Amino acid sequence: MKNRSLVSISDYTIDEQLKILKLAAEFEKNPRQKILEKYVVASLFFEPSTRTRLSFESAASQLSAKIIGFSEAGSSSVSKGETLKDTILTVSNYSDIIVMRHPREGSAKYADEVAPVPIINAGDGAHQHPTQTLLDMYSIMKTQGRLDNLNITFVGDLKYGRTVHSLVMALCQFNTTFHLVSPTELKLPSYVKQHIKDKNLTYHQYTEMNEVIPLVDILYMTRIQKERFSDPIEYERVKDAYILRLPMLESAKENMKVLHPLPRVNEIDEDVDSSPQAYYFQQARNGVYVRMALLASILGVV
Amino acid sequence: MEERKELKVTAIKNGTVIDHIPAQSVFQVIHMLGLNECENQILFGTNLESKKYGKKGLIKVNNRYFDHDTVNKIALVAPTATLIEIKNYKVIGKKNIVIPDHVSKFVKCVNPNCITNHEDVITKFKVIDKKDVKLQCRYCEKTTAKDNFTFI
Ligand SMILES: [Zn+2]
Repeated sequence: MKNRSLVSISDYTIDEQLKILKLAAEFEKNPRQKILEKYVVASLFFEPSTRTRLSFESAASQLSAKIIGFSEAGSSSVSKGETLKDTILTVSNYSDIIVMRHPREGSAKYADEVAPVPIINAGDGAHQHPTQTLLDMYSIMKTQGRLDNLNITFVGDLKYGRTVHSLVMALCQFNTTFHLVSPTELKLPSYVKQHIKDKNLTYHQYTEMNEVIPLVDILYMTRIQKERFSDPIEYERVKDAYILRLPMLESAKENMKVLHPLPRVNEIDEDVDSSPQAYYFQQARNGVYVRMALLASILGVV
Repeated sequence: MEERKELKVTAIKNGTVIDHIPAQSVFQVIHMLGLNECENQILFGTNLESKKYGKKGLIKVNNRYFDHDTVNKIALVAPTATLIEIKNYKVIGKKNIVIPDHVSKFVKCVNPNCITNHEDVITKFKVIDKKDVKLQCRYCEKTTAKDNFTFI
């Protein structure tokens, strides 16, 4: 995968995705290695995303790379009106790889077209966030020992969440059975459901999560935002139905794990944190190993 | 007979005749080919009677010939159009109009948050539905359908 940009998860074949996950497991065993000592990683965050930025910068730091960049557009030449093309071309002179986060959809693809160095997309608007998808896959594989033939539930806002859409698409490669729990207004978009059908897989839709908990291997929770509802009364009526509380996990299978892309608001009760099913903080940690694997593969040192 | 007479009156010596354009698409085609900013002599008609298509449009451009890419863009708004090239009052060629697989510099992306609507990026699309004419943006991957075309 040397010099291969990662703009969209589909830029990598299944085999390449699995190779990254395997490599991430190696880095988890041995995270401090001086293999990127000679490299400069540019971290360009045109909009703030502290969590993602720190995860990338931690990954690069643990492998001894030098990091340059900015954490929001206001502190860079972008605020002086520089075009994205000029910023990317300039920073390409100073670095071996560019990690970028940008509020506009398609910005990473465009940057990849103009940049002489490889690009890792750390989120382009509502479009793609492939490293999140890979770290979710890694977390599923690690907790279940496999990616194939699992029952996976998504809970919450399934309509607007790009994290959910990308992960569903990626899991369609692994014979997953999907359970989709959401308010009627926030159901998974039909193009994603069509993709599931095209792969001859099944999905079940629910408006409550209780009945589905005993059936599943992964419970993937997401935030429900008030702004997404056309009727605020409807939000007040349904919001409590999508909060996970500790007693609800009594019926869960032993291997079941709760994932969440974080940050959470109130959709997972804090009591759940101490249960053996809670996995969301470990999941965030896994992001660092996956990003190490990506940096090392794309820079060609592994 | 009426139509033939009309065509004769406006016959051109050298140039291109685009015929059988759906009447409602004539102005789109004019715009797409940049004819609104073209200094050549141009004749056009719309809502003309056509046996085959009901009402049709017609455009004649003096002293201009169009390349394949340009011609194929016409297909996206006027799939029934035909195009003939004329030299010295004689038809020297007929160009087939085919809906292309990819198209660039044609319309704007429908997604207001797409990078192409905020930076100086040439739009590029994949034609994902040739029947209903749906274009997928190379950058944001959103679909722009015929009803939402805003020509560049
Ligand atoms: Zn677009």
